[in-house]
Amino acid sequence: MTEPILRVQDLRTQFFTSRGVVHAVDGVSFHVDPGETVAVVGESGCGKTITALSILRLVPEPGRIVSGKILFKNRDIVEMDGDEVRNYRGNDVAMIFQDPMTSLNPVTKVGAQIKEAMTAHDRFTPVEAAQRVVPLLKRVRVPAAERRISDYPHQFSGGMRQRAMIAMGLANEPSLLIADEPTTALDVTVQAQVIQLLKQLNRELGTAIILITHNTALVASMCERVIVMYAGRVVEEGPVERIFARPEHPYTWSLLRSVPRVDEARKGRLVSIRGLPPDLVRLPPGCKFHPRCLFKVDRCLKEEPELEEVAPDQQARCWVKMSTVSEETRTAAQASEVAFDVAAEIKKRMRSDAKI
Amino acid sequence: MAATALLAQDIDWENPQQIGLWTDAWMRFRRNRLAVGSLAFVVLLITLALIAPLLERFGLLQDPTAQDVVSNYLGPGAAHHILGTDDLGRDVLSKVIFGSQVSLSIGILVQAIVLVIGGSIGLAAGYFGGWIDNLLMRFTDIMYAFPDLLFVLIIVAALGPTLLNIFVAIGLVSWVGLARLVRGQVLSIKEKEFVEAARAAGSSPIKIILKHLLPNSLGPVIVTLTFGIPAAIFTEAVLDFLGVGLRPPQPTWGVMVFEGYAAVDAYPYLVIIPCVALSMTMLAFNFIGDGLRDALDPRMRR
Amino acid sequence: MALVRGAPLRGALIPLRKRSGRGWTLGIYVARRLLWMIPVLLFVILITFFLAHIAPGSPWDREGRQLSDATIRNLNSKYGLDQPIWTQFGLYLWNVLHFDFGTSYQHPGQSVNQLILESWPYTVKLGAASFLVIITVGISLGVVAALRQNSFVDYAAVALATVGASVPNFVVGIVLIVLLSNFLYKFTAGNFFLPTGGYPQDLLHMIMPVATLSFLPIAFLARLTRSATLDSLRQDYVRTAWAKGLRERLVVTRHVLKNSLIPVVTIAGPLFAALITGSVIVETVFQVPGIGRSYVQSIEARDYPMILGTTVLYAGLVALLNLVVDVAYVFIDPRVRLE
Repeated sequence: MTEPILRVQDLRTQFFTSRGVVHAVDGVSFHVDPGETVAVVGESGCGKTITALSILRLVPEPGRIVSGKILFKNRDIVEMDGDEVRNYRGNDVAMIFQDPMTSLNPVTKVGAQIKEAMTAHDRFTPVEAAQRVVPLLKRVRVPAAERRISDYPHQFSGGMRQRAMIAMGLANEPSLLIADEPTTALDVTVQAQVIQLLKQLNRELGTAIILITHNTALVASMCERVIVMYAGRVVEEGPVERIFARPEHPYTWSLLRSVPRVDEARKGRLVSIRGLPPDLVRLPPGCKFHPRCLFKVDRCLKEEPELEEVAPDQQARCWVKMSTVSEETRTAAQASEVAFDVAAEIKKRMRSDAKI
Repeated sequence: MAATALLAQDIDWENPQQIGLWTDAWMRFRRNRLAVGSLAFVVLLITLALIAPLLERFGLLQDPTAQDVVSNYLGPGAAHHILGTDDLGRDVLSKVIFGSQVSLSIGILVQAIVLVIGGSIGLAAGYFGGWIDNLLMRFTDIMYAFPDLLFVLIIVAALGPTLLNIFVAIGLVSWVGLARLVRGQVLSIKEKEFVEAARAAGSSPIKIILKHLLPNSLGPVIVTLTFGIPAAIFTEAVLDFLGVGLRPPQPTWGVMVFEGYAAVDAYPYLVIIPCVALSMTMLAFNFIGDGLRDALDPRMRR
Repeated sequence: MALVRGAPLRGALIPLRKRSGRGWTLGIYVARRLLWMIPVLLFVILITFFLAHIAPGSPWDREGRQLSDATIRNLNSKYGLDQPIWTQFGLYLWNVLHFDFGTSYQHPGQSVNQLILESWPYTVKLGAASFLVIITVGISLGVVAALRQNSFVDYAAVALATVGASVPNFVVGIVLIVLLSNFLYKFTAGNFFLPTGGYPQDLLHMIMPVATLSFLPIAFLARLTRSATLDSLRQDYVRTAWAKGLRERLVVTRHVLKNSLIPVVTIAGPLFAALITGSVIVETVFQVPGIGRSYVQSIEARDYPMILGTTVLYAGLVALLNLVVDVAYVFIDPRVRLE
């Protein structure tokens, strides 16, 4: 078994604000294998972006990585000093961001910005760097690349800007590319193109990709593994097919249900997850999802569950687990949006487990 | 059902409360101690200005125009005259308090003119668009580019140096910023889709625009008007100081500086005291404006 | 014609011939702006003319001289003041087109042009020196404060800026006079600003007026620069720059400052206006024989030709300076289009 190129161990990143301490990332652990495509999914504010920023040591004030390890090829990023981090950023691990319009310097030419990514490190001389810019743009399928390098970002279309950003990210041939919602700011048709491009680059270059998104459809079309986050924790993880077919955590289940499907009969209302995202300063006791969960037992309000293995390769953080909940209860809960106490069903399952 | 901690139980995790915009703004403002202190100072100043005639009746203040040439040029700390007397024996403290009436009234009341003129021009330009907008904006650009003080100087000289004329002159020159602001707000609302939708549904866009204009722009408008107060106070004081505004023996701060300037080497306190009064007042309003702006900034919400 | 920002150019398929295309439109833009200046100036002259003539009191009863009615009538007819106002206005415009601004009433025999030319150098010296000081000190202060946010420098700069923005500039001048004249007579030898010949004294004499005039604008500029830089620092593209692994120096110069100094340019227009306004006050406080001070005196004395001449000068100057700023802006910000 190959060594993962990235291993995050019990990462905690907190923000020290006047309102209190925000636990943005609260004990997150996962790994990424070389050339793998992993998705990190969750709603806004669940900590996925901060996790990514932590990996690059780019956590903004007043935030700080408080504890944990981030091992990239067995070097702990958290422990690195300034120069080492600078060398590592954009070189070993690169990141592209959500809105390419604001993520590119509006008053500098695009070609110069791409070139800058290379000259910042010592891998290429300025001349070599300049020569690599056009081929990079061509590789990300930007038409008329030679003329494009002297354009400014506002002269590019949205999709092209994102491609330019991808080119910038891959300029130094990093082993890992983190893409934070790369398609959210783009038109739907362009979204598909960008995802296709990322898939292709992953195949051609072998760059591992972490795709951060809240769009489950993208995950299905591109990634091998998925990590679901909520309130700064990992609540479920596993291979994409398995998770999509049999999610165990109620949150994952709700997320997947909330995307309307063309092949289903159009009955009833659209499903959404009731309630509001949690306040990361004052989290509820017990399971952090319980205020919005539809399937609870007493224990959920008091004790926070650990990540358990629920199937080979699949882990979930839940006392109940969706496989326990019957189809009737699911439908009823969905229709009424009221929480159901599923203690009875758990007992039933435990009895049937015991029988086996 | 085991007992859980009382606090956690009290909180209804399923339905957390939300804070309204104005409550949030007030809470934020309160936390800015400088702004709150300045507000207190301004309230105190206004109160003193309002009850000054009463204070005079009760002997706490003297008639600011009462001359007593024998006891002139008394320094601060003299008997009966906490801040001393000027070249004609008038009590400085009384002059300062009565002088604040002029500064405060002009500073605050000018904003009424600014609101009316600037608001209507901005509204008209934004709503009607087209050549009306063009014309009004050209006009605004001219006024914006030309130094206000010079215009005010000419207008006051033309109309005569009375309080009313100064008030009008300053107002006529200061509305430009607000006009631009209002116009910008109207334009940004016009472009939102719901105006199109309303029009398509047959209702007049005016109502929609006004309905949405008010809550959105109230904040920036209040901030602009607040900052306009020290500017107006300054302009009035400068006019007096240059000799083109109110004249002695009217006890305004600018006039006090004007009178005392000739003897600034010998008796600096005559000039310093009104300067301090002016500066503190302007500072206070600026701090309040800063505080308001930070408190109403939607980006800094929880 | 206006400058339009933002609204990225779509239609990336149409190549822009940048060199010739933009140069051509720029020339047109400048020409149109210059042409626009004419009606603006006319308007200003019109307003000033009528305001000046509405003013109560005539030019002749200022000095405390008791003139006989006959003398007054003679003077009025000599200067054409007994003619109907529109005629006066027309005559005046005609003269202006020939750059003849008439002769001053206060100093008979001397033309307005002459007088203005005499006082012009002082004002320019004061203004130019202040401008330089304002730009260097204001921008550096703002940038440093933003980069070292929440440090001592930052708090000091913000405090200074707030105070500077609130304290009236004549107060500053007076405070300076009070402080320095009691302690450092070197700065205050009689008439502050008159050049006594020889450079060192000149500079010393300039310090106080320049300091007074610059105080407020520095405060504003520092605040603006600081907030623009802070804004810039928060932007996504700065995060991208860090993510690429750039050194701090490059991030600051190429990404932060290059963007944050753009809004600072927009303040140049109001800055010039503020310098003009401020010079009127500062010249009075420090007895500098410049245009500002003569303007106030002319208004007092109802010296119509001087008033009008100075006003036209100011208006023209402001318009020109604003044009220069707008043109500069086009070169600084590549997103700007000329409409």
